[in-house]
Amino acid sequence: MTPVGVDIRNVALSFGTTQVLKDITVSIQPGEFFALLGPSGSGKSTLLRLIAGFNQHSHGSVLVGGKDVTGTPPWKRNVGMVFQNYALWPHMTVEQNVAFGLEERRFPREKIREKVAAALELVGLSALGKRRPGQLSGGQQQRVAIARTLAIEPQVLLLDEPLSNLDARLRVQTRQELVKLQKRLGITTIFVTHDQEEALTTCHRIAVMDQGVIQQVGTPIELFDHPANRFVAQFVGSVNLFAGRFRREGDRLRFASVQIGEIDLPPGLEPPSEGSDLAFRPHAVHFDGDGRTPSEGSIRLDGAVEGSEFLGELLRYEIRVGEALVTADVPHERGRLPIAAGTRVGLSVPASELRFVSA
Amino acid sequence: MTRTSPAVAAVALAIAAFLVAFLVVPVAAVVYTAFADGQGGFTFAHFSAFAEISLMRESFANSLYVAGLTVAFATLVAVPLAYLTVRFQFRGAILIQTLGVLPLVMPAFVGASAMQLLFGRSGSVNLILKDAFGITLPLMEGLNGVIFVETLHYFPFILLNLSAALANIDSSMEESAQNLGSSGWRLFSRIVFPLALPGYVAGASLVFIKVFDDLGTPLVLNVTNMLAPQAYLRVTSIGIEDPIGYVICVILVVFSIAAMAGSWWFVKRRDYAVVSRGGAMAPRRRLTPWQTFLAYGWIALVLLLVLSPHLGILLLSFSKVWSFTVLPEQFTLAHYATVFEDSTRMIWNTFLYCGLAALFDVIIGTAIAYIVLRTALPGRQLLDHLVTVALAMPGVVLGIGYLRTFRGIELPFGGGALTASWLIFVLAYAVRRLPYALRSCMAALQQVHPSLEEAAENLGANRWRTIRRVVVPLMAGGILAGFVTSFITAAVEISETILLTSRESLAPMSYGIYLYMQSIAGRGPGAALGVIAVVLVAVGTYLSHRFVAANTPQNPTGGKP
Repeated sequence: MTPVGVDIRNVALSFGTTQVLKDITVSIQPGEFFALLGPSGSGKSTLLRLIAGFNQHSHGSVLVGGKDVTGTPPWKRNVGMVFQNYALWPHMTVEQNVAFGLEERRFPREKIREKVAAALELVGLSALGKRRPGQLSGGQQQRVAIARTLAIEPQVLLLDEPLSNLDARLRVQTRQELVKLQKRLGITTIFVTHDQEEALTTCHRIAVMDQGVIQQVGTPIELFDHPANRFVAQFVGSVNLFAGRFRREGDRLRFASVQIGEIDLPPGLEPPSEGSDLAFRPHAVHFDGDGRTPSEGSIRLDGAVEGSEFLGELLRYEIRVGEALVTADVPHERGRLPIAAGTRVGLSVPASELRFVSA
Repeated sequence: MTRTSPAVAAVALAIAAFLVAFLVVPVAAVVYTAFADGQGGFTFAHFSAFAEISLMRESFANSLYVAGLTVAFATLVAVPLAYLTVRFQFRGAILIQTLGVLPLVMPAFVGASAMQLLFGRSGSVNLILKDAFGITLPLMEGLNGVIFVETLHYFPFILLNLSAALANIDSSMEESAQNLGSSGWRLFSRIVFPLALPGYVAGASLVFIKVFDDLGTPLVLNVTNMLAPQAYLRVTSIGIEDPIGYVICVILVVFSIAAMAGSWWFVKRRDYAVVSRGGAMAPRRRLTPWQTFLAYGWIALVLLLVLSPHLGILLLSFSKVWSFTVLPEQFTLAHYATVFEDSTRMIWNTFLYCGLAALFDVIIGTAIAYIVLRTALPGRQLLDHLVTVALAMPGVVLGIGYLRTFRGIELPFGGGALTASWLIFVLAYAVRRLPYALRSCMAALQQVHPSLEEAAENLGANRWRTIRRVVVPLMAGGILAGFVTSFITAAVEISETILLTSRESLAPMSYGIYLYMQSIAGRGPGAALGVIAVVLVAVGTYLSHRFVAANTPQNPTGGKP
């Protein structure tokens, strides 16, 4: 089956007086592994359910494979959804669960048997067909849910927080298997998650959502390196963010912040708009004398170590600069002890790592 | 929190002794008599004798037929109503909830006479039909009447259980089926109903037991060729020694226990553990105009039928003459005057017996709840199971068992024979209504977090003072609800009552209604007494809901221990 795209155009949806989705427009390419990322209440699940037909939008249109599905009931959409709690029917065996959608489509019995076997084979559960869902582990239940959805050969695969009910170790493994499966089948897949790591590691592109609005759409690296606004900068990865005002003095730019005081910005930076915040990632912070040579165009900060967390690969320092706390990550080397609290340190951040984001 | 002390063990033993004496022994006596050959040996002879009497074979078949068809009709009435209220946007939801309680407020045997006047051969409906179309419907003829009356009375059991089960199905269960291409009738029959099946089976088996064991309704409708009436007639007319009555009792017990055990087994066998109730209830769907019309039509019809015994009994209680006319011709208050003149004794008796029985029930219920949930006493679950068995015991069986076991036992201080005293009513009601009170007390205690008790003990209160000052006050709503439920269900109990009433001065209201209804002249006062009983039950039902509702949110650390 050739993969199809999903086009969402100017979609709006309200529950009572609450606007849950506000003028959403996004285009998902055929064969793409696409994530809807956002905190709870951001509207990501609502958008997914809207594509499946469980919510009806009041404005705009939803196109699957170029065909407008607005008003089509869920059972006529052929858009497969894997539910967060898997929604396996406890009164049916694994095989009966997987066969259900095929039976509803009136496939001949022989064909159903074939397809059920193939779907279970695909998720590696051929041996468990006669079991009931209650006799399976969480991970196995999830595979059944995926097999049940894939059996109907949907045009689009929708995954609603598929990893949230698994324990940490299984989550990583399942994540990698999902990526492989999607690659093998080439099916257009939309993945809803609140976990940035899940989205960054699995998906081709991500739409970051907040308060019913798509804040930014981009590849994981684009989102991380060029966050469009304050929310995306904070939600994707860790970030140091400071509010303040920019002032031009000749050809130099100065940044005045209540939190970190006044600092000189290196030459050549684009003049940002009035209300922008200064942003940089913790790993971009250099310590004076840590061996990493600060480049010419850097900003300089002075502060005192307030505390540190050891995260294994790196040490995360909290450094008091003026009124603000700056987070700085330093790769850990064996045997090195953390800098003691109270020690005064000089910091620099290369110009290339500085970003300006607005609210 | 698990502790055991000699005091707890003593209380548990006392309760066990009570249950053995007034539940196990009477039932065992009935079973023993059915198999005893009179010389201390074991025999099946009484059973073959039973099978050789054609009236008995007929009664057996009739009881199965009536119970089975009642379940079928009750299903037809209840399933659409339950599905409508739980799954669709619907303004009639409150109406249907009312439907769910209304029939239970009116005891079937009270409504039966009124139904006779409304739907009988010369009843209002048939008079109208005859006038308009020249036809009559045999709705109340023989077994039909029993099925009709029992269906209207008992369908709420299925409605309530099924509605609860439907509401408990996670919305994703249905949505995933829709996502895979299922809708409409197929969605209902393949996913929704199978998932709600445990609720349906629980309700349906209850209906089956209640109808199979019912004595009052067939007697009032003058149908005697069923098992329970036959047991009653054999024991009262042929005598307490007639073994056939006991054979019938054994059959009633076996079917009741089998139906109940079957429904438990069924629910248990199905592994519904994965039905996590995490998500929301399924969003209510919209009805098409055509569906709306059908839905309201169905509800209106059911409501009309459900209200008919209520209206009928009310009309009857105010009517001077009512026969061969659609509605009574003249109205009067005389029946109420008669009732208050002649029957204040019966009303007083009802309050005395049922009040004492309900008091017994909540005391024992609270004690059992505490022992089961809060102590480590070995075998404590046995108390719970024993009480639950009482739920499956037909009133006829217990009544006959009491007569058999306690005949000749004299009360101390010259109180006369136990079976001829008012105490026997209190005991019989207490044992049979104990399961209701126990459920209520258990639920209430489960809501009290053990840490609340531990806090009291930590501050210096001993076990007994903790129970008195913390546990019981926190359980008060549930205990009160249990008291009211026991009281009102005992007040309209008829099977045991008919058997145990040895003379009229001892009779409670329910017997009075039954007695009045036997004669044409007595129908008016019988209906008036019925109205009083219905009002009593309605007020009690309302109060018990209020007690439960008022008690629940008061718990700061509510939740299961």
